[in-house]
Amino acid sequence: MDVHAAKMIGAGIACIALVGAGIGIGNVFGSYLQGALRNPGAAATQTTNLLLGFALCEATGLFGLVIALIILFT
Amino acid sequence: MAMQPMEQFEVAPAMGMDHPLFHLFGYPIYFTNQSLLMVIVVMAAASFLSLAVKPGRLVPNKTQSLAEVSYEFVANMIHSATGEDGLKFFPFVFSLFIFVLFCNFFGMVPGSFTVTSQIAVTFSLACLVIAVVVVTGFAKHGLGFFKLFVPHAPWYLLVLLIPIEVISFLTRPISLSVRLFANMLAGHTMLAVFAGFVILLGGAGGALTTLSILPMALIVAIMLLELLVAFLQAYVFAILTCIYLNEALHLHDQH
Repeated sequence: MDVHAAKMIGAGIACIALVGAGIGIGNVFGSYLQGALRNPGAAATQTTNLLLGFALCEATGLFGLVIALIILFT
Repeated sequence: MAMQPMEQFEVAPAMGMDHPLFHLFGYPIYFTNQSLLMVIVVMAAASFLSLAVKPGRLVPNKTQSLAEVSYEFVANMIHSATGEDGLKFFPFVFSLFIFVLFCNFFGMVPGSFTVTSQIAVTFSLACLVIAVVVVTGFAKHGLGFFKLFVPHAPWYLLVLLIPIEVISFLTRPISLSVRLFANMLAGHTMLAVFAGFVILLGGAGGALTTLSILPMALIVAIMLLELLVAFLQAYVFAILTCIYLNEALHLHDQH
């Protein structure tokens, strides 16, 4: 297998990291909605934690994406 | 450009500044497009904030209330994350937030350069944050700052927990910088890739040319998402700074 093909396959495999990010972000917003519908009074106080959780989740997936980009473009 | 999505992140000498400014340890130092954008960002932020509150209206107009809202937003964030004694770090956190926010938003202007998509910039910012945290911790607690690495747990768990805490502390500058850098890099690369689709389909001719409106519409939607991400990442950068400062100020006690 030549190096270019191996690079492409490697970049594709690295993007699997985004599966985890997708599950995580869904979990964050799903759990927030569940909690918010049960106790709407406390929902507004938790938006900070919601956005923080979203950003932390998204970042882990993007680490994988950056690896893929580094493989592809260097 | 269309087929080179990474080309937009290239650091090159700014227009008309092809000669190095000076030499440092034998390396030529250039005034690059990145430096130019940073100067523009800092000047825009400083002039916006100072001009908006200059008249000091009792009933603020739109620009003044925007400046006041951003002030209150950051002040509330620090207060809720670190408590009363974190407010002395307000100038630090506010300048970090405004700088990252303006860099992200200026990067969204088509044809400009995203300063925060360079790991060198974000890593320097993250190192600054960690340096402030460490200095604050040692100044406040002395050697007791090392208690940060010892959570309340039975001793047989501490054997496992202390290395984990140390590693998590040491990787903070990396995760803080890579989060911002990766978000900006991924977003702008995605925009460039979709722009490539538009050009490919548009040049294909026939029915395919009309189809190019689909990726075009998608670019608009992604642009909106990226505006949200630009704000969110600046916010996350600032609030994580607050959380780290809180740990340095109060160790494991709640504020």
